[in-house]
Amino acid sequence: MEDWWTTATIEPSIENHELSGIARMTMSPSWHHNKLPTMHSSTMPLSKSSYNVLSAFCTEDNVPRCISYINQEMDSLGFSSACIEASSPEVSGGLNTVPALNGMYELLQMQRRSQRSRQEQEAESLKSSSALEHLQITNSRLKDQLELSKRETSGLHEAERQLQLKIKTLQNCLKTEKDEEQKLQSIIASRASQYSHDAKRKERESTKLKERLNQLLVEKRDKKLAIDVLNYLGRADGKRSQWKTGKVEARHEGEMYKSLLSDYEVRHRALMLENVELKKVLQQMKREMVSILSLSPRKPCSSFRDHVEDSLELSTRSPLRDSTAGSDRDKEVGDCSRETLDQSCDHAREQSCEHAREQLTNSIRQQWRRLKSHMERLDSQASLVQQSQQRAGKELVPRQIHEEEMGRMRLEVQQCKDFIQTQQQLLQQQLNSPCYDDETAALLNDCYTLEEKERLKEEWRLFDEQRRNFERERENFTEAAIRLGHEKKAFEEDRASWLKNQFLNITPFVDRKRHSASETQHALSTSSEPDMRIPSTPARLTKSRTYAAFSTPKAVAGMPSTAELYHTLRLIPDSSSSSRGSSKRGSWQESNTIHSREDSRVRSRDRYGGGDCCSIFSLGLEENSLT
Amino acid sequence: MNFSEVFKQSNQLCRVSPDGKYLATCVQYRLVVRDVNTLQILHLYTCLDQIVHMEWSSDSLFILCAMYKRGLVQVWSLEQPDWYCKIDEGSIGLVSSRWSPDGRHILNTTEFHLRVTVWSLCTKAVSYIKYPKACQKGIDFSRDGCYMALAERRDCRDYVSVFVCDDWHLLRHFETETQDLAGVEWSPNGCVLAVWDSCLEYKVLLYSLDGRLLSTFSAYEWSLGIKSLAWSPSSQFLAIGSYDEKVRILNHITWKKVTEFDHPATINNTKAVVYKEVERKPVVGSPDLSIQQHITMGSTLFNTQSKYEICPLPVQVPVVKPDLDRANPKVGVSSMAFSSDNRYLATKNDSMACVVWVWDMQRLGLLAVLEQTSAVRCFQWDPRRPRLALCTGNAKLYLWSPAGCVSVQVPAEGGFQVQSVTWHCSGDSLILLGKEQLCLCYMEVGEEEDDIK
Repeated sequence: MEDWWTTATIEPSIENHELSGIARMTMSPSWHHNKLPTMHSSTMPLSKSSYNVLSAFCTEDNVPRCISYINQEMDSLGFSSACIEASSPEVSGGLNTVPALNGMYELLQMQRRSQRSRQEQEAESLKSSSALEHLQITNSRLKDQLELSKRETSGLHEAERQLQLKIKTLQNCLKTEKDEEQKLQSIIASRASQYSHDAKRKERESTKLKERLNQLLVEKRDKKLAIDVLNYLGRADGKRSQWKTGKVEARHEGEMYKSLLSDYEVRHRALMLENVELKKVLQQMKREMVSILSLSPRKPCSSFRDHVEDSLELSTRSPLRDSTAGSDRDKEVGDCSRETLDQSCDHAREQSCEHAREQLTNSIRQQWRRLKSHMERLDSQASLVQQSQQRAGKELVPRQIHEEEMGRMRLEVQQCKDFIQTQQQLLQQQLNSPCYDDETAALLNDCYTLEEKERLKEEWRLFDEQRRNFERERENFTEAAIRLGHEKKAFEEDRASWLKNQFLNITPFVDRKRHSASETQHALSTSSEPDMRIPSTPARLTKSRTYAAFSTPKAVAGMPSTAELYHTLRLIPDSSSSSRGSSKRGSWQESNTIHSREDSRVRSRDRYGGGDCCSIFSLGLEENSLT
Repeated sequence: MNFSEVFKQSNQLCRVSPDGKYLATCVQYRLVVRDVNTLQILHLYTCLDQIVHMEWSSDSLFILCAMYKRGLVQVWSLEQPDWYCKIDEGSIGLVSSRWSPDGRHILNTTEFHLRVTVWSLCTKAVSYIKYPKACQKGIDFSRDGCYMALAERRDCRDYVSVFVCDDWHLLRHFETETQDLAGVEWSPNGCVLAVWDSCLEYKVLLYSLDGRLLSTFSAYEWSLGIKSLAWSPSSQFLAIGSYDEKVRILNHITWKKVTEFDHPATINNTKAVVYKEVERKPVVGSPDLSIQQHITMGSTLFNTQSKYEICPLPVQVPVVKPDLDRANPKVGVSSMAFSSDNRYLATKNDSMACVVWVWDMQRLGLLAVLEQTSAVRCFQWDPRRPRLALCTGNAKLYLWSPAGCVSVQVPAEGGFQVQSVTWHCSGDSLILLGKEQLCLCYMEVGEEEDDIK
């Protein structure tokens, strides 16, 4: 098969299609005759159109053979199902077209598939070959690197070995050098001793020589060695020279010691002066220290204690207390030490007494220690305060708190002022109502309130400036409350007498007692006004009377609650109280109760003035919670 | 500031009498005595040879002239010009001659320090003191003239002998704990004797007049030690200059170190003022001629002008690195001087030869630094005022006072180069010594204020 296949492929490449017909004509007999005679007829129409040399496979005579061959081939290829059969035995050249076409189609499909797979494999093979190449290259490169690094390591090993050798030699060198140094040192030492010995020897020799020379020169009676003076001079001091005697020697000694003594005296005096100066300085320092110590620990402690003790821990409070105790001790000690100091200084001035000096130095040391500890304490306090401020600053802005507090306090002051004002007003009313008519009373009240307003305004301004002013204000208020209490008491008495009068009026002794009762009324209130007003609310009066009857025997007379007072005085009519805002009233009552509480505390507060601010704060808080 | 005309002198021999009235100068073998104020020659004496050393007696009545080579000393009287005295030491030789404080005895040190001969001018008596030590300062008289301390060497040990100058009675003789004593110096009040060791060992010993050892001070070991020593006029401080370029100040009560003055190459002490001398050629008609230039303008057109400039800190001071392998290396504080009022101390470090340091003794700190263009030859304090005069071997005189610094050109002709300066005891004039000449400089109070800027 191969033979004709190749010839068939060669020929079309050389010749044209026109020539193919001739070739077919020439070639077809050679193999059509012996191999495929049956297929010739069926392939004839195909060969007419485009078939060239391949058509020679099947001729009309070898169709069945071809078919069988193809079937066999197809079977071998796995297309068993689709067999190409001859369409009919009678038509020898015809084919059953459907399976043939199917077969062809499948063949084409297969061919395409195989082609694709081949292409893929080709690509694969290309890829793998390139990869192989790459791997080979890298391999060779790595081999090179390995070689190189091997060479390097060997080089390094060599260098290390050399270095170690060097170290060894250097160590040897060092050892030899050390030995050398030691040797040299010993040499130097020996040389030095030798030199000093030689020097001494030489010196001895030279002194011997000098001695000898001196002897020689002196013994020689050198003619030249002489003094040639015209006439001898008198001594510079005009005295005659003296013989050398023991007396002279003693005098010289004496003079020497005298000069020494005088020098020591001068020095001593200078030192004394310096000492006195220093003592003065010390004394002054001490006095100042004592004054500082006796003053300063009081101030911070008294001011600090109140709000430091609340905020500080126990551990920090205890040293504070210690300090206050210490300051007391300080003062005592300071006082006594001051006395001793003065004494000691007097002593010191007269005679630099050791004892006095010790005392002075000791007391100075004491004071100094105390001052130091005090300073440290102050430092720690300052740091504590700073810390607490920082802590506070983290939670809230202190300025804001301050402002809030100020606002609250202002509000409170305003309220208190209102309260005081109304109280004053009421008091005035109470006082005036018996003697004046309503208009004049109102006028007076107005005047009074105006005046009061002015005063309060002033006080308000003062309060803004200082908190202490507020305290004073509070005091004023409490005073007013006391006054009110007093007035109340007076009024109660008054009323009691009046009631008695009334009672007496009801009783058969009316006529007899009336005159006197009215007289007492007049004497008390100097007006007949309440006579007309009181009967208008008899029920209330009785009610209050009963209350008064209950309360009077108790401590009520001393400190009645203002609300009750108002009720008894009919100053708060039911309608007005109901028409008023409940909150307002509530606050009033609240503050009233507080005041009544405070009234009871008035006397005690007079003693402890410092508690005010706290109560004010609490009051403010309560009011805030109410409103 | 006025300058006198120039006189001749030789061997830098020019001394003012202690009473301040006379000026004695030596010119070869002649001794010339002049009136200080008029500079007129009062006396002229002729010696036997060229004078090597000349000294006034303490009462200003006699002048000693020594001719060491011939072993001769001649004494002249001012009151009796005819009077003479000649002392011949003969073959034993002479290396040093000096007056005793009473002015009636002459102490001659013979060659090889064999002995000290004490010649009396009152009697024929001659005394010998054996075994004087040849050292930096072997003899010192106390300020009041009562006592003399003499360093001695016997049997390889150092001794100090204290003599009463009145009759040369040996008051005390004691051994000192020194390896090789280098010098002795009385405190100005005459009660403490400072004794220091040679430069091989840093050691200062303080002895009382009666020979008790008061204290010993040693700053360090194993290095070159003391180079110079100076008492403050009040005897309150003892300044010790050493080879480590530091000055240590001892106090007179505990004899312990009060402070230490370092001489650094870089000055960055903000409290110190650094004056630097700046030279420049004179420019005729330049508008910025300062006062002293006006003064010196006339005769020194060809000389360089110089003035002080205040340098901003830090300042690098020129340092010459000494050759430490050679003996006596040029390093360390070699000269120190306290001002007469005890307030200032002037020092010079040899490795910074151009620089003079002025220290404030009240503050115990550096006050001023004078950096000159050439090496400082000599400096001396005014005996009355806190004023320091210095010279650097050129034709200029430099003055420092707390108010400032000034450089003055000496208007002398013929290359007058100031080698040393000496104050007159009144502090009103200065004697400037050149190589072969001398010149007086009169300080005038009114002018002085103008000059010091």
